Order: sequence, then structure tokens, then C-alpha cells
Amino acid sequence: MSSTTNVVTQGKARHAKRRIEPVYWWMLVPTLVIFTLAITIPGIIGIFYSFTDSIGIGDWEFIGLTNYVALFSDPAVLQSYLFTIGFSLVTVIVVNVLAFLLAVGLTSRIRFKTGLRAIFVIPMVISGIIIAYVFNFLFSNSFTSPDGLLGLPWPEVSILANPDLAWIAIVIVTAWQAIPGTLLIYIAGLLSIPGDVYEAADLDGASKTQTLLRITVPLVFGYVVINFILGFKGFLNAYDIIKGLTDGGPGTATRSIAMTIIGGFTNGDFAYQMANATVFFIIAVLISILQLSLTRGRNAL
Amino acid sequence: MTAQPIMTTSTIATEGVKPRFKMERVNWSGTIVLILCAVTVLLPLYVTISMAFKTQEQARDTSQAFALPAPFSIDGFVAAWNLTNFPVGAAISLFVTAGTVAATIFLAAFASYAIVRNWDNRFFRYSFFYLLAAMFIPFPVVALPQIQLTGQFGLDNPVGVVILATMFQLSFSVLLFTAFLRSIPLELEESARIDGATTWQTFWKLIFPLLAPMSATVGIFAFLYAWNDFMMPSLIISDPALTTLPVRANIFQTQFSNNYNISFASYLMAMAPAIIAYLFTQRWVMEGVTQGAVKG
Repeated sequence: MSSTTNVVTQGKARHAKRRIEPVYWWMLVPTLVIFTLAITIPGIIGIFYSFTDSIGIGDWEFIGLTNYVALFSDPAVLQSYLFTIGFSLVTVIVVNVLAFLLAVGLTSRIRFKTGLRAIFVIPMVISGIIIAYVFNFLFSNSFTSPDGLLGLPWPEVSILANPDLAWIAIVIVTAWQAIPGTLLIYIAGLLSIPGDVYEAADLDGASKTQTLLRITVPLVFGYVVINFILGFKGFLNAYDIIKGLTDGGPGTATRSIAMTIIGGFTNGDFAYQMANATVFFIIAVLISILQLSLTRGRNAL
Repeated sequence: MTAQPIMTTSTIATEGVKPRFKMERVNWSGTIVLILCAVTVLLPLYVTISMAFKTQEQARDTSQAFALPAPFSIDGFVAAWNLTNFPVGAAISLFVTAGTVAATIFLAAFASYAIVRNWDNRFFRYSFFYLLAAMFIPFPVVALPQIQLTGQFGLDNPVGVVILATMFQLSFSVLLFTAFLRSIPLELEESARIDGATTWQTFWKLIFPLLAPMSATVGIFAFLYAWNDFMMPSLIISDPALTTLPVRANIFQTQFSNNYNISFASYLMAMAPAIIAYLFTQRWVMEGVTQGAVKG
């Protein structure tokens, strides 16, 4: 990290004691203050309340680690973690496989390339809750038999009403919205591979499958890592799409961690859900550290 | 810690890729497969548009969801316009989005410039890591105390959403801006300073225009987040009359659940502005996402 001194007035030797122009303080400090008030202070308040029995208003008392102890033996909380992590894992795999294949297709010698790329990106610019409402209608009314699509055997009842299958709908809709961003990153990765690598492979008589598995995949592997971690981190926060599709139901089958925490304000377990939020925060930090350590060494990224 | 941009910005949208093989044969089977995939993207949009233009009777026949509207009717739009108080919702969505985009670009650019030019100072250097740390914090983690605090300070309204959304966008935007600023040679500024420009003038006349491509990227992310978000406005804005469009669409799930033509008209009106904006700016959107995500 090169030090950038104020070249006009000061020499490098004295930079440590250099007086900083007031304008720089004005550019940074007000933002730092708002940032602290908007994010840091609420975070600290949240952690503080996680050691109390507060319901959000009124009196409270310190109860130590009681919330945390209760948290780890709470089936509802456990279920929301299992559901969210399971759903995130499945979705991140579905999204990356499909986005990678689409990216390979969209960088090959196809017709209507620009138009097709433009279409595939559209889901990214639509509000998740609106997408979820539209798909909610489709799952409830169109993707059910006997009047279903194309005469195919669709389930009698909407899969949204089936506690064992509702998560599939959530995976489909989340993937529908998340594929564009992932796809664009893969396209960028594929386009960064120099063409002569493929020429050489072609001269050596490599088949298409061999080229894909031995050349393309290894060369874009850095992008795969990025997409997996960014995707997984994002899906852990799932809220909007689940809200619009199942609202956590049927029962509590599809309640995500975010929904469980947010519910703390109305359910009267404010402090308890702040303990939940604190645990969730620690998990988010661990994933971010993993991301940093995995991507830091890669100069290509 | 941040690497240079991995590629020049033009690679995504333009077709300047070298032909990989000597033979330029169009891959028709691939084209057909991709067109079929594109149908899965367009089908929900088609349903949204066609449902929105149906009469109430036709929309009720949900077994014919894929049928074209016959006759075309704009009754759904009229009703949705009134039920969601669309002009107010659109104005608030616009305010929240424009406010978040502008505030994010300006505050992040200011902060990044101050940080990069004073990197040798501990306060500025640590501020960078402090701002960056918020990237680890998901909104649900701090949402409940934020709801409390915004309520106490009278910010349980669109202004509060702008402030919070901007602060959540800040980490990522500062990361993008600082990486970009480090690639701008200091010599550029020297001449301006020798001509007597103050730091403030140098920033506005020289640096800020140079930041334009990065500002576009930062702005696109802020736009997509602020226009489309449901969770934050639905939790922070306490007065239902002051909510954004995505939150307003909620009433069709709870109160008017069988008026499909009206609800789809409202969905269409909520998603259309973003889609239209995208169609006009798709080049930058594609580049922006690529640049941003690779950095983040």
C-alpha cells in the first residue's frame, strides 16, 4: 500500500506529522458519525439487549447468557437455521451450475447474443417481493393439475401448501432472480480467457467436453469461488422472496433466520431474537473471513 | 489488498472478442437451447403483463392464466392506481431511490478521496477498515434496534430509509471508489494544485469527473437495492401511507387477494420503471455488476 502524501506542501519524510487539511476531515467525519449512529450503535444496543429479558419496550433486567443457552435448545430456531443453511446450499449449487452453463452458451458462437444476454439479466432488476407474488400466483393456480401447463402431470395441490415441498418453490424463485448476477460474472470470467488457449487445444485435438473440463473450468475457478461465497452469503439473508411466496409457511416449514429475527419485534421475544441476531452476525463474519482468505491470494481477482 | 480491475470495461457488452476458431459457424443448437431458456425468464413477465390487461372475470379463470387478454382492459390499472395510491407510492419510491443513489455516490466518493489521500494518517486508514466492516453485517442483525431508534428520532419514514440504505451501501461503495482512486496518478492533481486550486476544487473539477465510471457502478447497485427492497422500507416506515411501491403491492396478498387483474397491474407498475431503466442502461448495468461483484 503506497502512502500518498500531499505532494505539494510536504515531503515524504515528514508525512507522519503532516497537518491534514480541514477539508479532508469534512469529507470523512460527518459520514463516520452518521454511520456510527445508523449501524454501529444499533449493533451494540442489540448485543447489549441480548443479555437482558427486554421485550422491546419498558423495564428489563440482565439475565446473562440465559437467552443464548435457550437459543441452542430451541427447536424453532434450530429449524430456521437448518432450513436457511440447507436452502442456501441447494440454491447456490443450482444457481452456479445453471449460470455457468448459460454463460458458456452465451459466449459461444450463437445468434441473437446481445438480445439473449439482455433478456437473461432482466430478473436481476425486478423486486424480489414482486417476483415472489407473481410466482406465488403461478404455483398456486397454474402449476397444479388438472388444468396445469402443457398437460403435464402437476401436483394436485400447490407445492406452496406442502410443508415438504414448499422449499423447492423458494429455490426456483430465488435462483430465477439470482442467476443473472452470477451469469454476468461467469461471462466476464470466460471472456478473460485468451482465445489462443482454445486454439492450441483445438490443434491438439481436444474434444469439446475435454476443453470445457480441462481448460475452461480451471481457468474460471476463481470466479466459481467468488460466486459460491457471495451467493451463499446472500441467500442466508433470504427474506423478501420467502415472504412473498410462503410467508414462512406452511406452518414454520420455510421460516428463514431473517424472518425469525424480524419476528422478535412483534412476538415479544425482542431480547431473545437479539441473541439470535448476534449468533447470526458471528456466522456472517466467519463466512466473510473465509471469503477474504480464499480470494486474497488470487491476484486475478 | 485490492487488485486492479480484472478486465477493461468494454468486454461484457461489446462483441470485441477474437474469433476463437478460424471457422465462424453459428451454433444453432446452442441458440435454440438458449432461446428456450429465455422463455423461462419471459414467461412470468408475460403472465404479469397479460393478467394486468384482463378484465376481472377473465382474470378469475385461473386455469387460463396463460391466455391472452380478451378483451383488453385497463380497469386493473385504474383500480390498482387508486388502491395503492400509486402516484404517492411512486413518488416515495423515487425519492428513496434518488436519495440513496445520490447520497451513496457523494458520501462514498468524499470519504474515499479523504481516505486515499491521507492513507499515512492512522485515523483515515482505520476509518477505511471501520466502514468496510459493515459489509459483514446483514440488515436483519441490526434491524430491531434500528426500528426502535428510527422511531425515537422521528425517522420512521422515507428519510430514515434513505439514511439507512445509504449507510448499508457505503462499505461496498467505498471499497470500489478507493480501489479506483489508487489507480489515479497523483501527478494529475499536482498541476491543478500548482495552478492554485484548493483540495475542494481539485476534487470537484478533476477527481469527481474521473470517478464517473465507478460512480455509475456504485449508483447502479444503490438504485437496484433502493428501488426493489422490501424488507427495510416495510420495517422502518411506520405510516402505511408513506411506503414504497413494493410494500404497497402487499395489500393484494392480504386484502384483495382474488382481484388478480388489479394485483398484477400493480405488480407491473412496480416493476416496469426498473425494467425500462435497465433496457436503456443495460450496458452499464452488466459492466457494473461484473466490476462490483469481482471486487466485493
